[in-house]
Amino acid sequence: MSAELLQSRANARHTSMFLRMLMRAAVLRRGRAASALLAMIVAAAAATAMLNLYVDVQAKLRKEFRNYGANIVVVAKDGQSLPAVASQKIDSLLGGRGIAVPFAYVVARTSDGQSVVVSGTNFGQVRKLDSWWSVTAWPNGDQEALIGTRAATVVSPKGQPFDLSFQGRAIHLTPTGTLRTGAAEDSRVYLSLNDFETWTHVQPLTIEIAASGSPDEVNATIAKLTAALPDVEVRPVRQIMEGEARVLGKTRSTLLASAGLIILTAALCVLATLIGWVLDRRRDFAIMKALGASERLIGSFFAAEAAVLGAVGAILGFALGIGVAAWIGRVNFHAPVVPRFNVLPFVLAGSVAVALISAMLPISLLRRVQPAVILRGE
Amino acid sequence: MFARLVYESFRRQQRPKLLAGIAITLGVAVATAMIAVATDIGDKMSRELRTYGANLLVTPQEDSLDLQIGGVDLKPPSDGTYLNEADLPKIRGTFWHHNIVGFSPMLPVNVSVGDRNLTLLGTYFAKQLTFGKEDFVTGVKITHPWWKVQGTWPDDNSQDLLLGEDLAAKLGRKPGDEVEISGQPHRISGILSTGGPEDNQIVAPLNFAQQVIGKPGAVRRLYVSAMTKPEDALARRDPSTMNSELFDRWYCSPYVQSIAYQLQEAIPHSHAEQIRQVAQNEGTVLTRIKGLMLLVTFAALFASALAVSAAMATAIFERRAEVGLMRALGAGSASVAALFFVEAVLLALIGGTFGFAGGAFLARVIGRSIFDSQITIDPVLLPIILAIAVFVTFAGSGLAIRRAVKFDPVYALRGAE
Repeated sequence: MSAELLQSRANARHTSMFLRMLMRAAVLRRGRAASALLAMIVAAAAATAMLNLYVDVQAKLRKEFRNYGANIVVVAKDGQSLPAVASQKIDSLLGGRGIAVPFAYVVARTSDGQSVVVSGTNFGQVRKLDSWWSVTAWPNGDQEALIGTRAATVVSPKGQPFDLSFQGRAIHLTPTGTLRTGAAEDSRVYLSLNDFETWTHVQPLTIEIAASGSPDEVNATIAKLTAALPDVEVRPVRQIMEGEARVLGKTRSTLLASAGLIILTAALCVLATLIGWVLDRRRDFAIMKALGASERLIGSFFAAEAAVLGAVGAILGFALGIGVAAWIGRVNFHAPVVPRFNVLPFVLAGSVAVALISAMLPISLLRRVQPAVILRGE
Repeated sequence: MFARLVYESFRRQQRPKLLAGIAITLGVAVATAMIAVATDIGDKMSRELRTYGANLLVTPQEDSLDLQIGGVDLKPPSDGTYLNEADLPKIRGTFWHHNIVGFSPMLPVNVSVGDRNLTLLGTYFAKQLTFGKEDFVTGVKITHPWWKVQGTWPDDNSQDLLLGEDLAAKLGRKPGDEVEISGQPHRISGILSTGGPEDNQIVAPLNFAQQVIGKPGAVRRLYVSAMTKPEDALARRDPSTMNSELFDRWYCSPYVQSIAYQLQEAIPHSHAEQIRQVAQNEGTVLTRIKGLMLLVTFAALFASALAVSAAMATAIFERRAEVGLMRALGAGSASVAALFFVEAVLLALIGGTFGFAGGAFLARVIGRSIFDSQITIDPVLLPIILAIAVFVTFAGSGLAIRRAVKFDPVYALRGAE
């Protein structure tokens, strides 16, 4: 060997040899390294996807639960009607985080003297709030009415225009379609709020609000509404809020249990592969030891290898996992799951920890064996 | 000779076999538990969704229009027709009675307390009823789980009553006080809070309300809470246009429509309708949750398949020297592969059986801790799970076996890579 080469090797830093060993180990045993990395990636991807889903499913399901309609109602106190400004105040308080729909009611008489409940509302908003209303055709002009299926048999059995009277004032209405909900709405006639107010001079009685957000946010909204509207009653619709909390809670617990099981299995997969990988290289271990490497050096060599593997696997797996979560979101909820980057540190730490454990376990086994025994091939 | 090879392999190499066995057991356990949870989640969630209350409303067939504003009934008691209370237990005789969680009859009547005109709602709280030889309990405690009572619930056969919380505040009454209705004093057993119109009403046993209007057995409305299957194209079809085979299929599926149809059959002169707010949304929520769990189960199956394959590959890779020896002694690739495959199948069957038992236990624990009810596993699943376990183990070892067999015996025996 030339003197220069010897010189340069003597001057080279210790770490370069360490890095070289790491690199060569990965390059020379491509197959095994690749399979270990693959296991790592899959495990990290499974963990990422499950954690992302777990965090996001709440928001996704909440959106579905808002289809149940109003979770807050604003009612006038005892027989009065709501102040005229209530509607605008509520809209500005909600600030787009919900829908508010006013409802006004009177009992009117048909031309043959039967009583029927007539309600005035905003059709465009009702459509968004009460998506379960089964309507054949929504009214969109003046003097047009939406009639409940049961009311239809009384006021307009053949879909013909009809007259209603309230306190001596009459209105002529054209039905556009029928409404079916299975509840009290079926016995009512619905008009636009404009038509209703010019006909009856009666103000809305209730405002139904579907406020979006977590229970805490909804409660905050209720508190704000109560403060802004002191002379009306603001109350939560317990039926809707309690049902939502219960079903969401159960779904999240189930998902958490599933996530636990899946992450456990994935970690097991990594453990099995990495233990195999390290055991496979007991010869390297023995040679290093025979050449005089300290146990600490060998230990740190394998640990560094495992840590690099864990980190690379975690980052690639994170990307893959976000893809899987987005796919599940798209297939099931028709909306992608937003990637949560705050999950990354957990996945990274978990992957490195699992990799380290699975590397150090066989090393501690090998430590007890004489290098000669391994090299002899037993 | 072959059998002995397999036997000796298991006897002498306990550690690697144990590792692979544990991997298979755990993988199968997770897969079993997830499949069990995913198949049962619809049922469990359907039960949880009953928190939203009744999804079916039964009214008299020839009824006049409801006059309800803000939950307050304005219809005079003389108006319209009634259901007969004596017909109600017949609901237990319908085809899907196991799916009917409970029902509550309602009879709103007007009473005067002092100078106030109030609505008194007659209903069942937790009424003991008998149909045939079967005893059962039903009422608002089951169908309206969000109703909260401070104090105690009245007995269904008593003359006690509940006061809505807003009304109680106005009248200044608390549980244990008395209130005078039409000159008669009645004990208030509790204060009711519902977040709905009942907060301003009096709620009393059904027969009390019937006495007030002097119509024994009268029921204005009946709320039924039933577990249903999400609606599909068949559910929405009109039963009168179906042929008999299709009709049977429709009738025997727990759609909200077919349960409504059966309720109408059971209760004479009645009209049953789904409450769309509850019934329709239930379907969507249920479909979403089931879909989510299905996809998650796929992910779990994939992860456990990979874990099993990885463990098998590791176990076989460690035995290259053995393969080399067999090949050097003249064994063909086929017989070496056969040995490994038989071992894999044995491992899969043993690990699979234990895993199935473990998975069943796991599913039980999940069911108990989350849903307070059992998740049972159909034993029919066992052969299916075992078949999957064998297949995955096979597939997982296939590549490793191929590589082991192809490996030059000389290198293998020398111990080089």
